[in-house]
Amino acid sequence: MAQITTPTTADVTAPRRMGAGAVLLALLPLLLLGGLLALLVVTGAGIGARTAPPIEELTIDRISLPANDALVVEVTNGGPDAVTVAQVLVDDNYWDFTISPGPEIPRLGRATIAIPYPWVQDEPHTVVLISSNGVTFEGDVAVVTRSPQSDAATFWRYALLGIYVGFIPVGLGLLWYPFLRRLGRSGMQAVLSLTVGLLIFLLFDTLAEALEIIGTTPGVFGGAPLIFLVALLAFGALIAIGSLGKGRESSKLGIAYRIALGIGLHNLGEGLAIGAAFALGEAALGTFLVIGFTLHNITEGIGIAAPIARERPIWWHFVLLAALAGLPAVLGVWIGGFVYNALLAAIFLALGVGAIAQVVYEVGRLIVRQSQEEGAPLFSPATFGGLAAGIAIMYATALLVAA
Amino acid sequence: MAGQTPLSRRHLLGGLGGLGLLGLAGCAAVATPPASVPAPTLPDMTAMDHGTSMAHTMGNILVGDVDPAINGFDPMTMLTDFDYGKVSTLPSGQTLREYKIFAADKLIQVAPGISFPAWTYNGRVPGPTIRCTEGDRVRITFTNGSAHPHSIHFHGFHAAEMDGVTPVAPGAQTIYEFDAAPFGLHVYHCHVPPFMRHIHKGLYGTFIIDPKTPRPPAHELMMVMNAFDTNFDGANEIYAVNTVGFHFTKHPIPLKVGELVRIYLSNFTEFDPINSFHLHANLFNVYRTGTRMEPSEFTDVITMGQAERHILEFTYDRPGQFMFHAHQSEFNGLGWMGIFEVTADGAASAPFEVAGRLGICQLV
Repeated sequence: MAQITTPTTADVTAPRRMGAGAVLLALLPLLLLGGLLALLVVTGAGIGARTAPPIEELTIDRISLPANDALVVEVTNGGPDAVTVAQVLVDDNYWDFTISPGPEIPRLGRATIAIPYPWVQDEPHTVVLISSNGVTFEGDVAVVTRSPQSDAATFWRYALLGIYVGFIPVGLGLLWYPFLRRLGRSGMQAVLSLTVGLLIFLLFDTLAEALEIIGTTPGVFGGAPLIFLVALLAFGALIAIGSLGKGRESSKLGIAYRIALGIGLHNLGEGLAIGAAFALGEAALGTFLVIGFTLHNITEGIGIAAPIARERPIWWHFVLLAALAGLPAVLGVWIGGFVYNALLAAIFLALGVGAIAQVVYEVGRLIVRQSQEEGAPLFSPATFGGLAAGIAIMYATALLVAA
Repeated sequence: MAGQTPLSRRHLLGGLGGLGLLGLAGCAAVATPPASVPAPTLPDMTAMDHGTSMAHTMGNILVGDVDPAINGFDPMTMLTDFDYGKVSTLPSGQTLREYKIFAADKLIQVAPGISFPAWTYNGRVPGPTIRCTEGDRVRITFTNGSAHPHSIHFHGFHAAEMDGVTPVAPGAQTIYEFDAAPFGLHVYHCHVPPFMRHIHKGLYGTFIIDPKTPRPPAHELMMVMNAFDTNFDGANEIYAVNTVGFHFTKHPIPLKVGELVRIYLSNFTEFDPINSFHLHANLFNVYRTGTRMEPSEFTDVITMGQAERHILEFTYDRPGQFMFHAHQSEFNGLGWMGIFEVTADGAASAPFEVAGRLGICQLV
């Protein structure tokens, strides 16, 4: 390298130094962009000023009934302009209301509207917001019953709910561990395949729920593509984290933890759904919903225990695994019950999709490797049977939840 | 209020404090689109359970108030704002009344904070109340200052050329001229298609032809029942008398005990087949279309299709606050509600005070 001294050769072969000139070159397009934007804003740049009335887009995020004569409406402005809520109608009656922080909701801003309306138990109500331009936005109260109060008792009740649907069933499922240890090689393959089956079901289930929830949010936040992209990034990030071990076999315990994480995010989503249902007075579904989720989630424990059936982890790993997979449900119920935000919920679920996809990938590789070691076909009765059984079990127990 | 039931201290304090403050602390506190309003006070609302609150109040109201300065017209002054025209005498001895009417596009507030892109006669909805006597020569110079073609079609007798069905182009002018007949309560409106849009955007008004022998003296009020489809979905969001929803709930119409009240009532509600007028604690004589001097009916509800109009006469023999409203409850909830405040001297209460006293406004 030392022989190459002529400046001309160096110019051609070596990258130029990052001096002030280079920085300027990097900034040049941005400066031009700024100029163009300024031109557009100031002169309209030949496109012409907008004369049409502003397009107003308010999304009613949620309507709750905190007292016998109170309706509380939470709204988000997903449109391109600020929207001023001028009046409020309940069931085609103009009604007194207060709005905070104020009637003008900026772009992407949120507001809470309190209406002292004497709602009627079990009879549906419709809330309509009228903007200063006379545009109307409608929201329905489908289940009309008083929403739970935000107090310590409710907080604890929500926590219990999360423990019932998350921590306990996952913990119970992990108790299959001693049984799993007694399985032969093909039995193990079947159980791992069962795990993949469970996870594939959860993957689609979580994805569907994420897409459903994102559908209720203002389109400006990205809609369905946001879900796929967040899931993809979560998947990629977890793969990248898994490969930090520099080509070493990822440890089976590590896989178990990642499964627990994926399931945890899924359970967070379930918690959100349960919490929101309770907060919006859909608690009538309550007990049966909890039984359904408990049965549904017990199989998740098997999924976590399967990869470590041949290891001998210390006992507290099991507690941690159960906590990682189950306790997010508690967090979910709290969030869903107290500060439900559809966008946040959808993003959590999308993260869950990515995390589950990543563990499907890892457990799948484990099965492939073990099949190769034994010279057995990948799709044997044991593996395919396990996969199908996993999906079938989840489907059957999901029926309980849907009821 | 006191004395009927055992009162708790809270009850008493609330009741006494509330009575004085009711109107002001209620809807008036949030008058005209609030720039910043208090955060929802949920604990307060919880506390307002039945039995503990001072009075059970309904909050069925449009929050705030429309400043007449914004619209350039006031539903209250419209009640008695009769335009007799520029009066002169023709060589034949016939009275000539000349009126100038222009059409203009104008953004008006049909409810506090809700703008509506109206088409107006003389910048107001309803248009000016044209008033004359049977047999007068009426000459109306119509200038179209709107961006759309419009016309004025008068009800009553006139020549075919004066029927107002020919569109007058933007910027153009025309003259409608006829001898006023028959006496009665008539209307006028734009007759350019699509009629639905031209009517519901506000091109209508009242046209009164007095009989040669005048009706008995009375406190006369002009009312047009109208409605507005602010989101243009073919159904009305706001119902009112003289355009602004709930205006006469917040600003009751003052009347005197014992005086004869005469209402020139017409209906220009679009989209809904009918509208109606109901008077509380009283009955009225109906002079259908105002074309006879004898009443045809004595009732307290009258139901009308579009452009139907009747003269109503009544007298309150006692003081008090009496509602008047459509007897379609849907329209009540959407703004078509008002109050007559009857006193010995016809004095008016402060805005919102009566509504607060009646429990129409929510207590804050």
